[in-house]
Amino acid sequence: MLQSRNPLRDPRDRRIPRVAGPCVLVMFGVTGDLARKKLMPAVYDLANRGLLPPGFSFVGFARRDWADEDFAQITFQAVKEYARTPFRDAVWQQLSEGVRFVSGSFSDDAAFDQLAACVRLLDEERGTSGNYAFYLSIPPGQFPMVVQQLKRSGLSDSAGGGWRRVVIEKPFGHDLASARELNATLDGVFPPHAVFRIDHYLGKETVQNILALRFANEMFEPIWNRGYVDHVQITMAEDIGIGGRAGYYDGIGAARDVIQNHLLQLLALVAMEEPVAFDADSLRMEKEKVLSAVRLPADIATGTSRGQYSAGWQGGRQVRGFLEEDGIPADSRTETYAALRLGVDTRRWAGVGFYLRAGKRLPRRMTEIALIFHRAPHLPFSATDTEELGQNALVIRIQPDEGITVRFGSKVPGTAMEVRDVNMDFAYGESFTESSPEAYERLLLDVLIGDPPLFPRQAEVELGWRILDPIEEFWASYTKPEQYPAGTTGPPSADALMARDGRAWRRL
Amino acid sequence: MTIDLTDTTTGAIHEALTQARRRMGGPASGTVLTLIIVTDEAAQYDAVRAASQAGREHPSRVLAVITRKPKAESRLDAEIRVGETGPGETILLRMYGPLGQHADSVVAPLLAPDVPVVTWWPDEAPPSPSEDPLGTVAQRRVTDAAASETPRDMLLDLAKAYRPGDTDLSWTRSTPWRSLLAATLDQPYPELLSGEVLAEPGNPSADLIAAWLGLRLGIGVQRGESGGPGITEVSFETVDGKVALSRPDGRNAALSWPGHPERRVALHRRETAELIAEELRRLEPDEVYAETLRALAAGAGGPAQ
Repeated sequence: MLQSRNPLRDPRDRRIPRVAGPCVLVMFGVTGDLARKKLMPAVYDLANRGLLPPGFSFVGFARRDWADEDFAQITFQAVKEYARTPFRDAVWQQLSEGVRFVSGSFSDDAAFDQLAACVRLLDEERGTSGNYAFYLSIPPGQFPMVVQQLKRSGLSDSAGGGWRRVVIEKPFGHDLASARELNATLDGVFPPHAVFRIDHYLGKETVQNILALRFANEMFEPIWNRGYVDHVQITMAEDIGIGGRAGYYDGIGAARDVIQNHLLQLLALVAMEEPVAFDADSLRMEKEKVLSAVRLPADIATGTSRGQYSAGWQGGRQVRGFLEEDGIPADSRTETYAALRLGVDTRRWAGVGFYLRAGKRLPRRMTEIALIFHRAPHLPFSATDTEELGQNALVIRIQPDEGITVRFGSKVPGTAMEVRDVNMDFAYGESFTESSPEAYERLLLDVLIGDPPLFPRQAEVELGWRILDPIEEFWASYTKPEQYPAGTTGPPSADALMARDGRAWRRL
Repeated sequence: MTIDLTDTTTGAIHEALTQARRRMGGPASGTVLTLIIVTDEAAQYDAVRAASQAGREHPSRVLAVITRKPKAESRLDAEIRVGETGPGETILLRMYGPLGQHADSVVAPLLAPDVPVVTWWPDEAPPSPSEDPLGTVAQRRVTDAAASETPRDMLLDLAKAYRPGDTDLSWTRSTPWRSLLAATLDQPYPELLSGEVLAEPGNPSADLIAAWLGLRLGIGVQRGESGGPGITEVSFETVDGKVALSRPDGRNAALSWPGHPERRVALHRRETAELIAEELRRLEPDEVYAETLRALAAGAGGPAQ
């Protein structure tokens, strides 16, 4: 008789971390930037923190003529260069013993059979107990082929015991129809609970902290509604251009690239009601509820704005315009800046504007959520006393310099009564950042443990497209992105959008 | 920057701190706790260094209490370090003469407002930490049985004097082992009959692990001796044979399990800074430690008969 109750686990024993069970992580697309800069270092960091099980194995699959040792060497370099935690030889030695490589293309049946043989051998040699996670770090166009191969080779079949999980990265389609198509591809092979959609924003400590801030405290929730909040601004600004991503970016644009997923997830976390518990189902239920209550602007033409950066100066360097970038057609209508005004049709948020903007080649890199409060209904001071007093604000800075700023009025020292805005600042890590785990570390571990709260479900993805699709359709038929010089804060129509509502964007 | 104040008072230290902070543009506002280190001149360097490394995860105000020359005239010297080794601020308080007996009067005005206080005795600890004047101000009192000449006796003393909030670094050192053992039993396992923990003589972490296993699993767990380094093996006799987690070299562990290939994993010994960082992560009383200590005092995890 085998025992399955584990008396060594005790919820009060907070020192013992969750550790993944025996398993193999199979990664497709190991030659990509993401694999090298984020995923491989995250695997090492997890091992270094003692969160990977004895016998953990890591298999790479790519069209390269590599032996296991070559792939181990590639991984080693990635770990050396990008790992967050210090390099320890013993940890690496253990990890590298479980590194394997299978060479082949996605259409090559023999290569997948070889992969199947490889993981089964690992089960025997290293005791990984038939548990496999497949990480598809590949363009979505190749998903169907890989998923079919996994099915054909019997790799996706968990009938013989053990679990199967598949991890996919955004974009989850480029509109509602393609998202459903993508899901159908996976659905036939992996059950919904085995599909992990990674939105690395949700793995960030500061994003998880939104829930702590709202629901663990008494002082914020009472004012977290239309009675106090005038409007909400969610910004994701990047200072870089599209770099080498022309092939991916052209035809996608800022709205599909980041608003549909990251920004709408942030909106959901800020606007949702309190979940009954901090588990996957309760959280997703609340997020889905609030996303389904999102209302588009009545007039998409004035309620949205899109732009393309033109040549200019950004951060002290002269840079090319979007249309001059390599690989971008000169008549491309893809936007590099998008702004939307959304509403949330609930009692809590009726009438509160949610302004989302995302763009490239803006003055600096910054992601934040700002709740701007109403002005005080009555000021017992004279108008000149409060001339410099703005609206109170609570700003959640996601990156960089994670933290929270509260802006409020304070008396300027002196004999006159003069009130001016000041900031009260909480730097989430005065230096926590130095040792707080990377988003991918947290998410990979959650996949290997099988803990889904931080992964969006298909329904959330579809709700995101439902919000964006009408806007994209309108843009495609009626508008052309407005040009904005690189290094400026976006096209004039974005400012006009705010000005019409008597508001202004926060300075970037 | 470093500021030296000789023959000074807590008021002057405060003043200097505020000025230093202003000149640095106001760092250390995010201090999450005050860490009092009770030490002597010889050991202060390592302890303060470990604390400032841990400070990267937990920005803190570190107060190092160093007693010197008990026969001298009473005098307080302070060395303030701000923005040197990372976040937070470090104040070395050197107390001469009878003042050394009244360290709490110096420490109390220097505690950072509104945040928890942790007291750490890296070497010799008082027999009853919660009754020590520098222990009563703290929510959390950290001792280290491994620094004692008779670690097991010290654990037994600590068990007698235990108050919620006490903890010991030998317990902290056991976390990676305990974590791996807990993960091992996450898989279905054959019925366990008995257990054994092998370690260097006098290793208090091994004593605690043995007591913990005995308490949790309800089986007899013996504490055996080996040549080290540290803990070398934890094993269970089961109905199907022996399940063992062994670490002969202090770096890599191997899990052997009847009918399975040997599985290997890195299991390194941790630096003091990592131990302190773990201690500071949670400041509520550690009930599992309390129960384990009680079980140890009641005779669990005893040496082989």
